[in-house]
Amino acid sequence: MESFLGDAREFLPILAQGAVVTIQITILSLALSTLIGFVIALARLSPYALLSYPATGFITVIRGIPIIVQLFYIYFVFPDIGINLTAFQAGVLGLGIAYSAYQAENIRAGIEAIDHGQIEAAQSIGMRYWLTLRRVILPQAVRIVLPPYGNTMIMMLKDSSLASTITVAELTRQGQLISSSTFKNMTVFTLVALLYLTMSLPLTYLAHRLEKKFGRR
Amino acid sequence: MIVVERLSKSFGAHRVLDDVSLRVDKGEVVCIIGASGSGKSTLLRCMNGLESYDEGTLAIDGRAIRRDDPRIHELRTEVGMVFQRFNLFPHRTALQNVIEGPVYVKRVPIAQARAEGLALLAKVGLADKVDSYPAQLSGGQQQRVAIARSLAMKPKVILFDEPTSALDPELVGDVLQVMKQLAHEGMTMVVVTHEMGFAREVAHRVLFLDQGRILEEGTPAEVLRNPKNERTRDFLRRVIHEG
Repeated sequence: MESFLGDAREFLPILAQGAVVTIQITILSLALSTLIGFVIALARLSPYALLSYPATGFITVIRGIPIIVQLFYIYFVFPDIGINLTAFQAGVLGLGIAYSAYQAENIRAGIEAIDHGQIEAAQSIGMRYWLTLRRVILPQAVRIVLPPYGNTMIMMLKDSSLASTITVAELTRQGQLISSSTFKNMTVFTLVALLYLTMSLPLTYLAHRLEKKFGRR
Repeated sequence: MIVVERLSKSFGAHRVLDDVSLRVDKGEVVCIIGASGSGKSTLLRCMNGLESYDEGTLAIDGRAIRRDDPRIHELRTEVGMVFQRFNLFPHRTALQNVIEGPVYVKRVPIAQARAEGLALLAKVGLADKVDSYPAQLSGGQQQRVAIARSLAMKPKVILFDEPTSALDPELVGDVLQVMKQLAHEGMTMVVVTHEMGFAREVAHRVLFLDQGRILEEGTPAEVLRNPKNERTRDFLRRVIHEG
């Protein structure tokens, strides 16, 4: 136990740096995936086949390829076609795109759950598509989408560890580096696990609150 | 004001509307009665472009109404609709529901819209509920807010799609009262309803729709008391029984 605490004191600063990067990736990827997911969801719901077919295709493809492989593609393959991103950028982009498919489906479900009568009421007072979406549909859809979103946030925190495979210096990778040079696997990875757990607690609490506030009555 | 000529609509082999023609003049109250599936709601919903039709013409004040018309949104601001299930915006208060159209569609200044909205809610007897959310209101109150919401757009005509069918019996009277008042004030109204009492008292004309065709048309006294058609008589007999 003594040596554990001693080692912990030594390793924590480095691991903490990794944790900061983890948080950065999580936040940025969540933002990106939400934005892309929103656009894809609207395209998917569009009456124009030119928009809905590609959107459906995108979702199918992205959901069918492991996130690690998507990250590899962006970091190792893109340079061959002239797109050079830093590991961090590739990590955020990859996770953003990968998660956008799931976000899109959640958002679409939220929008479709709104009673069709709401749309007819809006139409009956002369509202056009975008106005209806903005004033009537989305405010109501948000309440439906928030509980699953809480889960998405927690999952993103954990999946940020996938960026370690493309050399991003987030928490998992920092842990791997320390353990490979000190061989103190138990100590290091226990610390890593505890740090993830600690970071996830506020998100779990938030998700729980969202579920309570907006969950199906 | 409303001119419907030889309107027809089919869903596959099923003819929902079959060569329907009718006219509604300004200030008239026309009630459409008929069994479920007779096409009466479909006919009503064609009048504000919520439904499309395959043949025939439909015009309000000379302007053709078609669902796929790019200018349908503009035309809809002149045709109000009150739905069976109210369809109030649940995330907005009664007053906010009423001013939504004027403020965001017609760009009326908020202060003016609020003032007019308050007056309308008072008119339908809900002055004390302006800041209530639909979930806090009874069905009858919600429907009256819905009527106020339609009135706020200052429409030429209001379409009522079975406005009291989803209400508990004791709440129906309040809504019918508001509708009667509107009629007396000269609003042009097309009402799909099962409330024969309302039709008898307020309607200028009653239409009986059966399997997409108008089988009988005339004054309430003619259609409801002395129907000429066998099927009309059957229908009325059944409705009175259930009522």
